[in-house]
Order: sequence, then structure tokens, then C-alpha cells
Amino acid sequence: MNTIWALTGVVIKELYRRKDLYVLFVLTAVITLAAGSMEFFHDPNIVRYVKDLCMLLIWVSALLITITMAARQIPAERESRTIFPLLAKPVTRGQVILGKFLGCWLASGTALAVFYLFFAVITGSREHYWPVLDYFQAFLLQWIMLGIVTAMTLLGSIVFAAPSSTVTILFIVVAGILFLGRHLNTVALHNAEPLRSLIYTIYFIIPHLELFDVRERVVNDWGLVNWLDCGLAALYAAAYTGLFLLLTWLGFRRKSLT
Amino acid sequence: MDAILQTENLWVEYRAHGLKLESKPALKGLNLSVSAGEVFGFLGPNGAGKTTTINVLLGFIPPTRGAAYLFGIDVRQPIARQRIGYLPEMTYYYKFLTAEELLRFYARIFGIPHVEAEKRIDRLLKLVELEPARKRFIKTYSKGMQQRVGIAQALINDPDLLILDEPTSGLDPLGRMKVREIIQRLKNEGKTVFFSSHELGEVETICDRVAIINNGELKTIGGVDEVIGPNHTNLEKAFLDIIGYQPQSAL
Repeated sequence: MNTIWALTGVVIKELYRRKDLYVLFVLTAVITLAAGSMEFFHDPNIVRYVKDLCMLLIWVSALLITITMAARQIPAERESRTIFPLLAKPVTRGQVILGKFLGCWLASGTALAVFYLFFAVITGSREHYWPVLDYFQAFLLQWIMLGIVTAMTLLGSIVFAAPSSTVTILFIVVAGILFLGRHLNTVALHNAEPLRSLIYTIYFIIPHLELFDVRERVVNDWGLVNWLDCGLAALYAAAYTGLFLLLTWLGFRRKSLT
Repeated sequence: MDAILQTENLWVEYRAHGLKLESKPALKGLNLSVSAGEVFGFLGPNGAGKTTTINVLLGFIPPTRGAAYLFGIDVRQPIARQRIGYLPEMTYYYKFLTAEELLRFYARIFGIPHVEAEKRIDRLLKLVELEPARKRFIKTYSKGMQQRVGIAQALINDPDLLILDEPTSGLDPLGRMKVREIIQRLKNEGKTVFFSSHELGEVETICDRVAIINNGELKTIGGVDEVIGPNHTNLEKAFLDIIGYQPQSAL
């Protein structure tokens, strides 16, 4: 476990020493601040709309950070050849993958926590209302979902040649799942065989990331999701994350380093 | 004496890409044995198979046939690398870390306790004369400084065997001398050093034994004096003769 934590530490150090994270954070912060500072004559619909917009921004920013960071981890190790002195130590390729995964997941979680904290302070100071548990639950579910995205991206970085291709493809896949994932079964019903079976198969195979999206509940103040359901969602995410990490390891194990 | 580095009938073939699918052998039945406390020079022209051999020893590529062992353990087991230090030819380190952070990272991988790791980091940074630059990012270092960080990371676990891939390549005379001094010092401490080099003068000075390979085949192995033999004045002449080099004037 020492090795995995050591690798995790390096990934986190790399993230906070790169400038792109700060650019994204400042951008998100400025938009959130600008939106939160506007006077809307206490119209609850507009306030909800602004909150929805800010949360969407947090989702997009968190996905951007996670996918771009995870996509370059293993290719950068190979390209800069830092993988050689690393694997010349008693380190297995499986440990490299786990270390990279944990590093990316913790780093994206930290960035996400900062985004949520900022959002909570801005909205709380305007509304004088602090639904801390709701925000915490939304953060937790989103962070769990980012675990699946991190593992998927690491797998993509083994399969696709360049980090830019991985980022583009992963964005399309993740956005596709978030927007269309829940409707695929309905689409399948309106199609004839064999397309129906194919769409159903995709529906049952893909990780349903939209299950972790509770923005609407937070924005409309509908209250907390049952914690037992959250636990089940975490198990569901753990299964997919484990599967993607296993596939990444199988691919990386056979990958030539030279 | 027990061999701490050994290869047995080692073959490595690279699969060719494209229409001609014939595989190209990079190593052809290499047999090597290095004993504890030796400084062993591994020589050969470019493309002879030196780096391939090192890549097999470090577990980067699997052998096509045969086997390689470090301390009697198959190199495919990660534990075989617990007691070795490796210095790559070029400097491949995380440039966003400082020298002490890099050493701390590798110390953690070896499971060295924190207090002991800090002591070793201090000692090694003094040894490689990087004490004043220890808190600077590696990306700001010169090539010589980066090579010295490499030496420090190779020694962080106090290894019994050091594998150095052309450790003085690209260094200025001062840098080369410093690296030579460090190897000499390790030799005096009884460490085993296995290194590939094109600097035959330096090999002649430091090494106890040498092996010369060409086209993936072992041409000779033995003590430096033995390899030079009565017919050559120095190792360079012996080397050129062994690999079959003919000067153009002689053709």
C-alpha cells in the first residue's frame, strides 16, 4: 500500500503544480460569483435557475479536470520515460494503475470539494439558508461518479494512442451517458430487432452516471436521497470502477514500454 | 562465489511490423554471470543488445527464451528489484518535483522508514553535491545535475547491485569524473556494479571484468587484462578487434 500512496502523492503534487487547474477554478469561481451576486428581486424561479447553472458549471469543470488529468497519467509516464526508473523499483504495473487512479480520484475530489464550498458560501450568503447535508450528499455522489469516470479514462488512455483522443472520446461518451443513458430503454422500445436488442444491451452495459446526479434535488430543495440508496449507488460505482481498473491492468500488463 | 546477476541462454526477439513479419533477434543466447563485489563493464557497439539486456534484467521486456536472475530470483518477479539501483542513460525523472521530494518518493516505494529516509536523503544529496539545490524543481537543473539526482535515486535503497546504463553519456569531463569517483567509492564499499559504457578508458580503469557483445552475441568475457591480452595495448584496441572492426585504410 506504501507504493500506491507514494504514487498517489506524486499525482496530487503534479495537479496542484500545474496551472490549468487554477485557470479552470478561477473561471468557475468568477462565473459563480457573478451569477450569485446578481439581484433578482427575490424571484425564487430565477434564483433556482442561477443555482442550476452554477451546479452545471461545477459538473462540467469537475469532469474536465478529472478526464484531462487521468487521460495524461500513463501516456505521460511513457512519453517522458519516467516509467523506467519507476518500474526498475519493486513496483508492479497494477500498483502503478492503482496509484494513478487514487491520485486522480483524490485530486478531483479535492477540487470538487473546493467548488462545492465556494458554491455553498455564495448561495448561502445570498439566501441565508444553509442546506449543508444536501450539498454534502450531492458532492459525495458526484465524487463517487468521478471514480467511475477516472477508471474509464485510465482505460481509454491505454487503448487510444494520444491523450487528446482519450479526452475527446471520453467527453463524448460521458456526456452521451449523462444525457441519453436513462432514455436508451425507451429508444429501444421504438426500434425493430436487431437494433432493439443492441440498444438494450448498451443500456444494460453502460455505467449509468446519471444516477449520481442530484442537482435537481439540490436546486429545488427536494430534500436528501435515502442514505441506503446512496450506499447502493456507491456499491454500483465500485463494481464498475473495479471492472474498468481490471481492464486497464490487463491492457497495461501487455503493453510494451520500449 | 554466488552470482548475483545471471542470464541463462537469453534470447530476445523483437516482432517486426509491416509486411515482412520475420522477427529480429536482439539477443542470441546470452550467458552472463556477475559475482558480488565486482565492477562489471558491459560493452558493445550501438545496437549490440546492451540496453535490451538491461531491459530484460529490469523486467521491462520479457525474454523470448532463456531466463535472467537477480540474487537468484527470476527478474519477472518485482521483488527481484528490491536490492538493486538503476540509473538510466538519460534522465527520466518527474520534473515538477524537487530533488528531495523525488528521493522521498522513491524511499517510500522501498518502504524505508521516514527518519531513516531523511538521513539517507541528506547523505546522498551531499554525496552527489546537490545539497544547495535540493529544494529546486528538477526542471531547473542542468543535465549534469539531473544525472547526479539519478545517481542519488539509484542509491536510495542502499542497493547491493547497481545497474548503470551509460552513466557518463552526454556529461562534460567534470561530470564524468564525478560519476567515476562515485562508482569507485561504491566499489570500495563492496557494492556490485554492472554498467554499460562507450567510454572504454573509464571501463579499463574501474572494471574488474568486462563482457563484449556484438549483434546480440557474447564475444568475450573475462578480466580486463585477460580481454586486452598480449596482442593489444589497451581495451579500445581489443574491443575493435573483437567486434571485427576494420579501419577503412586497411580495406
